[in-house]
Amino acid sequence: MSEVIVITSGKGGVGKTTTTANIGAGLALKGKKVVLVDTDIGLRNLDVVMGLENRIVYDLVDVVEGTCRVKQALIKDKRYDGLYLLPAAQTRDKSAVNPEQMIKLCDELRAEFDYIIVDCPAGIEQGFKNAIAGANRAIVVTTPEVSAVRDADRIIGLLEANEIRNPKLLINRVRVDMVKRGDMMSIDDIVDILAIDVIGVVPDDEKIVVSTNRGEPAVNDSKSLAGEAYRNITRRIMGEEVPLLNLETDEGFVVRLKKLLGLKAN
Amino acid sequence: MLLDLAKLFGRSKTSKDVAKERLKLVLIHDRANVSPQFLEMVKGEIIKVIQNYMEIDEGALDLQITRTKGDDGDSVVPALVANIPIRNVKNSGK
Repeated sequence: MSEVIVITSGKGGVGKTTTTANIGAGLALKGKKVVLVDTDIGLRNLDVVMGLENRIVYDLVDVVEGTCRVKQALIKDKRYDGLYLLPAAQTRDKSAVNPEQMIKLCDELRAEFDYIIVDCPAGIEQGFKNAIAGANRAIVVTTPEVSAVRDADRIIGLLEANEIRNPKLLINRVRVDMVKRGDMMSIDDIVDILAIDVIGVVPDDEKIVVSTNRGEPAVNDSKSLAGEAYRNITRRIMGEEVPLLNLETDEGFVVRLKKLLGLKAN
Repeated sequence: MLLDLAKLFGRSKTSKDVAKERLKLVLIHDRANVSPQFLEMVKGEIIKVIQNYMEIDEGALDLQITRTKGDDGDSVVPALVANIPIRNVKNSGK
């Protein structure tokens, strides 16, 4: 049974696209057949984050308008077996697609793929409505900031109103040092406020910037802590029970050990 | 250093406590605003209860979630404010 999972957040810049890329690559590494659908029409970015920007011929709008077949628009990621990208159009806007077309597209993709991961644009307007239309699961990405958590709350309400039950929370860019000194909300604080299940916690990691620079998802980097977090999230999506990363010991112990040995802290 | 001491004696809140408090307040407001049905439901129930004791002007009943000063004077707390015009008080309760 294939799953359509929408990655959403309300607020922009919290890491939806990075999350989509990493979960997609992570699932492909686990042997699943995965397609990533970028619904951010007019502001497409998943292609550059994935490093596939030079291979786009057709896009989402071409598919829904019938200019090409779905298969012609899918870009195969040669680094990961079974990973494909359906890019958004860059020269159109969100009104070029409607929710009915998205439902039809998702149903068509279900026949071919185990997981359809939909990257949702920021906001709660047309683009959001399109992105969630065909989804049966949702991951809400937030960061430990008041603005992002507030928007996540709004999104959770909208998802439930649209019958996408039990959305899961992904808390991104957590800084353990700041949480420790009381200058950043902890996972417990955020869960207390939003009252939903957490599917994963991703630490703030410089390696994410480096991997985005290169167009290579961090999930494939065995030395990246964020990559490790994304590998765990991938396993949880597949239904495994994986305990949350203990960011404290990882940060504290490894960094201290490295410093002791005279290695760089990063 | 001074700041740390203040923290030790529990005089100043950490910034995450401030963030959490502000978020909680703002969300109470957001959540109530998001669903217009929510206040209508509360309104309906209140009318039902009050009508057991007095006759009220249902059309003029006004129910809102606002903010008001808390007991300690400087914190702001959300409050449910109802303005319910009474037409007549029933005697049956006595």
